[in-house]
Amino acid sequence: MEATIEVTGLRKRFGSALALDGMSFTVQPGQVTGFVGPNGAGKSTTMRVILGLDAPDSGHALVSGQPYLKLRHPLSHIGALLDAAALQPGRTARNHLLWLAHSQGLGWRRVDEVIDQAGLSSVARRKAGGFSLGMRQRLGIAAAMLGDPPVVMLDEPFNGMDPEGIAWMREFLRSLAAQGRAVLVSSHLMGELEDTADHLVVAGRGKVIADAAVADLIAAASGDRVTLRTSARAEAMTVLTHAGATVAATDRDTLTISGLTPERTVALLTEAGVRFAEVSAHRASLEAAYMDLTRDAVEFRAQPAGTAQEAVR
Amino acid sequence: MTAGTIAPYRSPEKPAKDRFSQLMHAEWTKFRTVRGWLIAMFLAVVLIDMVGLLVVRPNVQCGGACLPNVPTGPGGEAVNDSFYFVRQPLAGNGSITVRVTSLTGQTSQTGGNFGPGQQQGGLTPGLVPWAKAGIIIAASTRQGSPYAAMMVTGSHGVRMQYDFTQDIAGLPGAVSAASPRWLRLVRSGDTITGYDSADGTRWATVGSASLAGLPGTVQWGMLATSPLTFKSNFATYAESGGSVSPTLATGVLDHVSLRGGQPGGQWTGVEVGAGGAGYSGHAVGFRQAHGQFTITGSGDIGPVIGGGSNTEYDTSTVALHLLGVLLGLVVMVVIAAMFITLEYRRGLIRTTLAASPRRGRLLAAKALVIGLVTFVFGTAAVAVAVIVGIWVSRDGGQYVLPLSPLTGLRVIAGTGAMLALASVLALSIGAVVRRSVAAVAAVVVAILMPYILGVTGVLPASASEWILRVSPAAGFAIEQSAPQYHQVIGQYAPPDYFPLPPFAGLAVLCGYVAVALGLASWLLHRRDA
Repeated sequence: MEATIEVTGLRKRFGSALALDGMSFTVQPGQVTGFVGPNGAGKSTTMRVILGLDAPDSGHALVSGQPYLKLRHPLSHIGALLDAAALQPGRTARNHLLWLAHSQGLGWRRVDEVIDQAGLSSVARRKAGGFSLGMRQRLGIAAAMLGDPPVVMLDEPFNGMDPEGIAWMREFLRSLAAQGRAVLVSSHLMGELEDTADHLVVAGRGKVIADAAVADLIAAASGDRVTLRTSARAEAMTVLTHAGATVAATDRDTLTISGLTPERTVALLTEAGVRFAEVSAHRASLEAAYMDLTRDAVEFRAQPAGTAQEAVR
Repeated sequence: MTAGTIAPYRSPEKPAKDRFSQLMHAEWTKFRTVRGWLIAMFLAVVLIDMVGLLVVRPNVQCGGACLPNVPTGPGGEAVNDSFYFVRQPLAGNGSITVRVTSLTGQTSQTGGNFGPGQQQGGLTPGLVPWAKAGIIIAASTRQGSPYAAMMVTGSHGVRMQYDFTQDIAGLPGAVSAASPRWLRLVRSGDTITGYDSADGTRWATVGSASLAGLPGTVQWGMLATSPLTFKSNFATYAESGGSVSPTLATGVLDHVSLRGGQPGGQWTGVEVGAGGAGYSGHAVGFRQAHGQFTITGSGDIGPVIGGGSNTEYDTSTVALHLLGVLLGLVVMVVIAAMFITLEYRRGLIRTTLAASPRRGRLLAAKALVIGLVTFVFGTAAVAVAVIVGIWVSRDGGQYVLPLSPLTGLRVIAGTGAMLALASVLALSIGAVVRRSVAAVAAVVVAILMPYILGVTGVLPASASEWILRVSPAAGFAIEQSAPQYHQVIGQYAPPDYFPLPPFAGLAVLCGYVAVALGLASWLLHRRDA
């Protein structure tokens, strides 16, 4: 059975709030799928439904083709990190992993392996109550890897991590995908998934609003534009407009050109003897691509997309 | 980095078999790796043993010499054996027949409190229900000897009683000159058979007793005795103390006929257990005139009950050493409730349920683990409290009713089981309410409050008794080590006695556990985690 997560038509209502409104997507093996969307989009609820923790009002979720409740030793089918803070503070990291291992018929050997894998060897015998959020995330990763599962699902794993931890996490997620595992990573911050995710499932208001490869999304958001940096702005504008391009001044020394390839731009400028510092194909950030997509789906319109941008730094 | 180029991941690990024991192993690992929970279990043990053992202060002055010399019957049980015996020896087999025409009684006015040294007081007429007069065949006049007797009683008709604990009903109704009772005992080897008759011609067998090790020559004859009356100080169920008064019974017997034995043997009177559980004075004795015997005796032939309300001896049961169990239980139920409520508080329950999605199995594993842990710790603690407690009592001059090894085992393991059941109840409640404080409060209301209401005597006796029958606190009945006897009147009250028999009480608690577990399982399946 192929390692996948399949979510089909999930609907769930909590009181008057509609948490899931027909959520459907599939997570493929061998790539990192980013699961993004603003807070309240239904990401965590979907993950709880996938793990059989919450029952949907309708629809279903399958892990490698099976409902979660049918899985025997589920941690060897799917490893999940939902809430890094879900720990008994008095228990050491190693003992936390040990009980979880025992529940799957595993022992010490596997516990020590995942402790190494998550880079927790030096703190494994310390009480989890004293862990920073970043260390808890690593402990959660270790727990998710206990069963050496072909499917890995992590809810906001970058939360509370320092830059070094974020770099480690990205590398780690890439390596999981490279091994052929299906990896689903949720985040409400697009920047975290830049250079990590191959595929994006964008959720808003309980359903999927975009489901596409990252490369395609960025290409769509970038358009056919070229960025030019030059001190001779006026000359450059004249030359390029003459060649039929649309040119906009975006900064004191920067122009954005539509309708020309970078090669053609360089050729035209060189020919006209206009000096320039840099010509580059404009590439939209994943952030920008995401903003385009979610503009309509953001729940709280009073707080525009700027909030998310601030949080990136 | 496209999906198509990479083969899906397959773990090199061999999948392990899925077993329930793995879940239990996981839950046990969870339990033992929180140091506070282990410490709390040891604290529970210390509480059970400290309270249980310190309740009796060792008496340095007299040590074991303070112990009252309580006779024991053939079965090893503590007994009262005080009566007026008009007897002669019987060698070999034989039969004795009498007619009883009257049984009257008197009660000493000034009673005493429990224990020795009652004051002798004036006497007023009054027959107590279990006053006795009749015939007896006994191994000897030594207290605690094997015997069988046929008797008329104050208000329970004719009875055959033997070896202190056995009682068989014969003809009902009170005895009088107009309605006399004929009694007969026949000895054949070790077997003694009792008969009764209203007219001396038509006889009915009441019962038959096999008295192991009856000597060739036994004592036989006529008896009269009358047990202490007990009056509780309060109209409550608890063992709150009370006063006892000695009573006297006078029986009038005639048509005495012996078959076998020595013809023409002389009757001699003896006060068996003189100065024992009864009125000792000039009123006790017998008169013989024209073949009619008038015998007056005081005391009882029967088992001593826990709490000592039917004896002059200061006695107690091992329940004395189980007073700490309540405190141990409080600690254990708190831990048991937190064993699941803390998972809800931390969100750890999601990790748990993701690891074992079959929720009924998970709850079963959790219940079994907390049940086994509390059973092991509880049983160990109670074993120390009972075994060392008996020794401490002896050393302190406190007489504890002897108990058979089997009863001891039942009290020890049963109390351990009661603690385990209470803990599983707490766990179930914890799974239902999902909050530590609410769960602990609910358990206290379910178990501790009924127990306290039941045993402290805040409520009328009937209400207390009812609570201890229907609430989860009924489980404490398993602590009873001494049986109740319908033929012995006294105070059957906590902590020595509970209204339900031991295993019936435990069964009531089991019922609550089953309902709570069922509710917990249903909600666990029904609710989102």
